[in-house]
Order: sequence, then structure tokens, then C-alpha cells
Amino acid sequence: MNKPIRTISVFALVLFLALLLNVTYLQYWRADSLDSRADNRRAVDAEFSQPRGAILVGNDPIATSEPSDDRYEYQRTYSDSPLYAPLTGWYNYFNAQSGTCSSCQQFVEQTQDDVLSGSDDRLFVTRLVDLLSNQESVGGNVKLTINARAQQAAYDGLLDVVGDDGEGAVVALEPRTGKILAMVSLPSFNANALADHDLTKVQRTADRLQQGGDSSPLVNRAVQTTLPPGSTFKLVTAAAAIEDGLYTEDDDVPGGATYQLPQTTGDTGLIDNEGRDCGTDLIPFTQALENSCNTTFARMAVELGVDKLSAQAEAFGFNQQYFTDLSPQATSVFPDDADEPQTGQSGIGQFEVRATPLQMAMVAAGIANGGEVMKPYLVDEVQSPDFESIETTDPETLSQAVSSDTADQLTDMMVSTVDNGTASPAAITGISVAGKTGTAQSGTDSSPYAWFVSFAPAENPTVAVAVMIQDAPGLSRGEIAGGLLGGPIAKAVMEAVIK
Amino acid sequence: MSATTNDRSGSAAAFGFVHRQRRGAELFLLLLALAVGLGAYAAVGIGMQGEIPADMLGYGGWLVALVLGSHVVVRLVAPYADPVLLPLVAALNGLGLAVIHRLDLSYEAADRTAGFAAKQLTWMTLGVVLFCLTLVLLRDHRILARFTYTSALAAVVLLLLPMLPVLGREVNGARIWIAVGPFSFQPGEVAKVLLVIAFAGYLVLHKDALALAGRRVLFLDLPRGRDFGPILVMWGISMMILVGQRDLGSSLLFFGLFLAMLYLATERPGWLVVGGGMFLTGAVLAFLFVSHVKTRVDVWLDPFAYYGEGTNDTGFQPVEAQFGMAWGGLIGRGFGEGDPTRVPFAYSDFIMSSIGEELGLTAMIAVLLIYGLIVERALRIALISRDGFGKLLAAGLGSVFALQVFVVVGGVTGLIPLTGLTTPFLSYGGSSLVANWVIVALLLRVSDQARRPLPDLSDDENEDDDATQVVRLR
Repeated sequence: MNKPIRTISVFALVLFLALLLNVTYLQYWRADSLDSRADNRRAVDAEFSQPRGAILVGNDPIATSEPSDDRYEYQRTYSDSPLYAPLTGWYNYFNAQSGTCSSCQQFVEQTQDDVLSGSDDRLFVTRLVDLLSNQESVGGNVKLTINARAQQAAYDGLLDVVGDDGEGAVVALEPRTGKILAMVSLPSFNANALADHDLTKVQRTADRLQQGGDSSPLVNRAVQTTLPPGSTFKLVTAAAAIEDGLYTEDDDVPGGATYQLPQTTGDTGLIDNEGRDCGTDLIPFTQALENSCNTTFARMAVELGVDKLSAQAEAFGFNQQYFTDLSPQATSVFPDDADEPQTGQSGIGQFEVRATPLQMAMVAAGIANGGEVMKPYLVDEVQSPDFESIETTDPETLSQAVSSDTADQLTDMMVSTVDNGTASPAAITGISVAGKTGTAQSGTDSSPYAWFVSFAPAENPTVAVAVMIQDAPGLSRGEIAGGLLGGPIAKAVMEAVIK
Repeated sequence: MSATTNDRSGSAAAFGFVHRQRRGAELFLLLLALAVGLGAYAAVGIGMQGEIPADMLGYGGWLVALVLGSHVVVRLVAPYADPVLLPLVAALNGLGLAVIHRLDLSYEAADRTAGFAAKQLTWMTLGVVLFCLTLVLLRDHRILARFTYTSALAAVVLLLLPMLPVLGREVNGARIWIAVGPFSFQPGEVAKVLLVIAFAGYLVLHKDALALAGRRVLFLDLPRGRDFGPILVMWGISMMILVGQRDLGSSLLFFGLFLAMLYLATERPGWLVVGGGMFLTGAVLAFLFVSHVKTRVDVWLDPFAYYGEGTNDTGFQPVEAQFGMAWGGLIGRGFGEGDPTRVPFAYSDFIMSSIGEELGLTAMIAVLLIYGLIVERALRIALISRDGFGKLLAAGLGSVFALQVFVVVGGVTGLIPLTGLTTPFLSYGGSSLVANWVIVALLLRVSDQARRPLPDLSDDENEDDDATQVVRLR
């Protein structure tokens, strides 16, 4: 009977080998792919229980992981939340699940997740040291480019104008580098409510915040809302005209009270200046910009043609994606298939031209930086958990939008617009400021959008600002004008940076 | 005395090899096994509560008493028994208790039913007592051969018990439990042991008739009906009952057991071919016509399709178990650092996933090696056993043990479709634990007989009994 016993022994050996191999495959080779599944609660729980790195403005943390006594060990906490919420976003249990959708809204908490959670390759050495010294692994810190004073000034100024229910955005850039010095979007929200460990509460808050649809507080209007830029777009038209050699700043340009767009008759194609002084025939280029002459720039756009105008717009960043620190980035649009009358309308920032506040800030910053448009960025520095710098973001050129000579001419005219024209509310005593206003029609019924772009000091610009007021419920239609509303906000932000 | 010793070794020398008692080795291995059990219990306390458990002394003392007590009994009544088996099962039982205790702490924290470890310790006590009683009362395993038909009848009755309206209780779709007062019992576990005894007793008598007399059909020698009938009936009834109770795991186990023992007795590999074919046919038919078998197979093939929102979540248990084991990785999370209670029935059928999660692949392999060693010892005992019944009994018990481990661990780790069976010595479950302790007692008894030096046959044959007595009293 010993032979079958031996056979059965071999059979049992095969069974046990199969078990050993299978369990090795499961716990060794397949482990990583199982651990990284989004529906693996263990992995998500563990990820969510880790302390994350801080998000810093200057040397002050605005998002930290505080020890908490509930089932997850750390509570993500945001200081000054409404001020910074559109930048930091929030981190809750839902975010900890890997493989979140790419089209979903991503704030710094999400775009810098690798660093904050500590899984980034640049933190490899830190992780290794933690492992060897048996310390709990902590994520790296992310330092933003934000200037706290400018951010506060932008927030206070905008809130003052639009009120609690209003909508608007302010973006301030450092022209030389593309650093985002301030980025405010209103209405804002409290990120702490969305980072709560009680997910039912989070869901309720999120539902409430999202009720408004496009006007939701969760939308960062500075990069995710495009609106007709109105007269601020005349800077692009003027840049194209000078760059093309059509005019220089000293030339006279066609003015007049009205301009009938080509191929049109009657009121629909008739451009006027809403009562501003644009002469009767030829007027100086500078005066046209100072008084924001629609007739001049519509005609100028038609003369340049859609190709040149759209090439100039794209050189400033229109029709492009260039910003990755927050996502999705709304693409600013210049219609490159416009016909002649549409081109005329586009030249004054109407028709289908749409821009984000960030895009208009880049137009101003490009002019301020001698025509060189820098790629905007929000993350200044990646730091180790011990606040040692690991990597600093290098400024990158997006494009040379215009020559430095063209930029100088535009600067001169913009300074004059502040000194003598529509942009006067942004004037700062002792400092020459360059600026341009805009008031765009949003439709016949709703109130117009007010814009303001500026930079200062004009000789050596350190800050460029764009202000966009989408909806100011307290104000009547007539009161909404770029210079009046946006000018003081831009002024406050520029002062905060310069002084 | 010295002359007697010399004589014995002289006579045994004719056989070339004499087994030593090796009780000292067993004691040493038992101490290691206790270190596993007690160390694990202390580690649970440190990992979960940050301190050595308050009842460490009481619990440890009890475990030590049980293990050393069983050792003393073996030393007294089965001195030549295999020295490795008892330490192996003691280690498994100790580890199982610690893991169940760890799960208890989580269940308590979550206000779920807990207190399994305390009950398991009671069951272990009962198991060890029965282990000792078996060894003390059963001085020669061949006595069991007398109870062939009694065992068979008892097995069938036990299997039928859960069908009784008052006693029976259905748990998770399988009606395999009986409940008396607060205690519930799975009679199938005991029936398993009885069936092995019955098969062994019947086959040892009829193996030659089964193997030689009969007609040849194709490549197979079919035995005569009068030889094959009784055992076929015995087996058929068990299978029908189990299928009726929808106890897939046990059906598979009993079928495999029957096949293995038939092969052992007849030495005809053809039975394996026929049996394998019958198994495949049965499996395909079950897949096609029994809905819950099809569900099990579908879940096995793609568990993630049955997991999460929008599904009926039938894959929840296997997926959570796989997540858990993957989460454990090579060395495990450590006691208290994992989340093993996410897996339903982590303390019983799925205890291996808890071990994989918190103690890692290392512990999984260690446990599987222990199981492998137990099977190896059982089959080795069968090899060296001097009587046919002993061979069949040991090999049968070894086979059923191997098959049970394969079916349950394979199911938990996703190697084969899931079927409900307990993990021997680890899972919470009184009937299983007690039955397995009795199995070990039987194996030790067979091995004691097998390893015992042969009586000195140079004396008068009439004194044969006396010679045996001399050996036993040494």
C-alpha cells in the first residue's frame, strides 16, 4: 500500500506548492496593483490618515495637517480659508482615493498631491530616512508665489465692490517671472467645511456650494471663467497695429463718433463711443486709447484683418493652455474665423472674444516685461518636511508677444491713459502707473462686466494686475464701469506689492 | 534490565532501524510552539492596546497547562508517538487563538459580536481533553476497525441531524449546524473522522476483492457489486446529504476522501481517472444547473465585477480578503495596524486573510508549511505503519487534512472558487477544533504503534502478549 501513499504525498506536495505560489503571487507581485485601486478602502484610509505637508504663503502655512482624535489621525486645516480657498482647494476622504477624474476640478491640494502626500520622487531621500529612522512619513511642503499683502488687498478691495453675493476675480502677476502674486475669486468658501471627516456633512456642504452651477463658489473665476474682455482687449489690437507697422504711438489714427462696420447697414453694425471724445476724423493714437475709442479700434481691427489680430492674441496666450497649477484651465478664446464685421467687433473685445482674468493679467504683464510673456505659475518652491528647499520653479517664457519697442510705445500710451484718461482711478502718487479699463456688454438685459488691467511702476514694472467684476448685485447698470470699480482695486494691489 | 535492552536492540537490528521515543525533542518543540502562541498573544496586546494583555498570566498559564498536559499524556500512553505533530498543532492553535483575540478587540470596539477567543479556548480545552481521552482509552487503533459499520451509521446520523426541525439551524445558506442550548455544533466535522474510520475499516477487509475480483470495462477493473456496494452506498448517502444541505466544501472534501482511500486500498490509479472525470462532470453540471455554484465561480473568475456600488456585492468577501492580504505584503502590517475585520467571517473561514494582512506573506508561508508538515507526518506515519488499517487510517486522515487546507486556503486566496470550510486549528469553531484534536490523537496512536520496536519474537510465541507488555511498561 506504500506506492499509493507516495503518490498521494506527491499530490499533496503539488497542492501545497500551488497554495504557496498563489499566495506569494497575491501578496508580493499583485500587492501593488491591488493597493493602488481606487476602491481599496484600506489604501485610501491609510493615505487619508497620513499627515500631509503644508501649503505656505511666504513662511506662513495656510494649509496644515493637525492631529485629530477621531478615526483618521490628522485633520486638514485651512487658515484664512475664504481668502485662499480658490487656490488651496480642500482635502477630504473623497480626494484621498486615487485615480480621481482628470476633468474634475483640481486645486493645489490635488495638483501637488505627490509632494504633499510625500510620494513624489523628489522626496525619495526623505522617505528613505523616515523609513530607516522608523519615523512616521510626512509629506513635503509647497510654497506658493502669492504675496500675502497683495492677496489681502485684492480680496478686501474686490469684496468691498461686489459684496458677499457678488462675483469677480483679481489676478496679480510679477511681469518678469510670471509668478502669481495674488489670485482672488469671489464668492469664496470655507475649505475647512469641505475637509471635514464627516462625509455626510461634506456632501451637504458641497451640494449647497454647487447649487449655483456656473456661479458656484467652487469655481475659481480667475482661471476657470472666460468673459468678453471688452476694451481691455484694445491693448492687443493696439499691439498688433504697432507691431505690424500700421501705426506708431505718435501717429494719428482714424477716430470719429461712429463707425459703420463693413458689410453692415443700420444700427446693428454701427459702433459708437458712448459719448467719449474721439474727435471727428483723425485723432492721436494716445487719445484713442485714453478715451477707449471703439470707432478707432474697431476700424483698426478691420484694417489689420482677422489673421494678424488672432496671431497677436495667440502670442499673448489666447487659444492656449499654459497653466497647470490649478485645473482645469479655461482656454481664452479669440475667434480666428471671424468675418470682417466680426473682426471689427473682436478688436474691441466683443463678439466671441473671451478671456480669463489670468489671461488679461498676462497681456498687461507681457507689455510690462518688454513684450515677453512669461508662463504664469503658482507653485514657487517644493520643500522637504523640514522646510528645506528641494526645487524652485524656474520662470519660463511663453512667447515674445511684441518687440520691446512696441511694448514701450504701448506702455507710454497706457501711462497716459491713467494720467489723462479713463484709467485715472488707478493712479498712485509718485509712481507712474500704466492701465486700461474695459466694460463689456454681456447681453441686453444683464449688467455689463467691468474690467481693469494695469501695471506699475511703468519704468520697471514689478506687478501687473487684472480685475474682473462679473456681477455686483448692489450696483445699478450705469454704475458699472471698469475704471471706477476696478481701478481702486488694482491700485490697492499694486501698492501692496510696491510699498 | 540491561540484558532485556540488549535483546531488544538485537532483535530490532534485524529490521535495520529502531525509532527512538524522542519525547524530549517533542517537549523542546512544544516550548517553541508555546512561544509562538504566547508571543502572538502578547503582540496582539502591544499592538492593539499598547501593553501586554492584563490576562496574559492566566491565559498563558492555561495554554501552557493544556499543551504540557497533552505532552505528559503522550509521554505516558504513547511514548513512541511522532514527536513533531503535537508541537505543530499546538503552534497553530496558539496562533489561531491570538488572531481571534485580536479580531475580538476590533469587534468589541465596533460594538459587534465578540468574545470568540474565550469560547475558542474552551473548545480547545475540550479538544485537548478528548485528545487525551482518545490516547488513554484507545491503546490500539486496530480496535476501531471493529466499529466500521457503527462509524458509518453514526456519520450518516450526524450528517442528518441538521435536517431535524428543532436541532438544525441554517447559517449563511448552508444547513449544517445543530444547536443545543447556547452551543452550536457542526456535526459534519465529526462525521469526517467517522467516515475515515469506516472507509478504512471496510477497505482493509475488502481491498483485494475490490482490486482483483470483477470485470474489466475499458481500462478499469470494475469490482463486484457485493464488494463495492456497501461503501458506495455509504458514500452516496453522505454526498446526497451534503449536496442537499448545499455544503459545497464538505461535498468536495468527502468526495476527495473517498477517492483517495479507494486508490490507497486498491492501488489502482484508474480510480483517480474515473473519480477525476466524475468530479469534472459533476462540477460542470453543478455550474450549469445550481445557481449558487455558478455565482461562486463567476465571483471567483472576476471578483471585482461583483464588488462596490452598482453590484450585488457578492464579491465583497473575496475582494476585501485579497485587498487585505495585498495590504499585508511581505511582512504584514503588524497586529492592530491592519483592518482585517473588513472581511466578513475573518475569525472563521477567512482567518487566513487576517493572518496575511497583519503578519504578512511570511506568516502565510509559515502556516502553510506547518500544514504541509502535518500532512507529511500523517503520510509518513501511514508509510511506516505495520498494519493495513493503520495505513489507511493515517493516509486517509492526512489526505482529508491536505484537501481541507487546499480547499479553504485556495478559496480565501483566490486560487479556486470559494467554498465554506474551516481552517484546521486556526478558525474559530468548536466542532472543527475538537474533531481535529481527535484526528491528531488518532495519528499519534497509529504512529506510536508504528514506531514502537517490534516485540522480541525470539521468545516462545505464546509469550507474544507478554513481550508487548514489557515494551509498553519500559
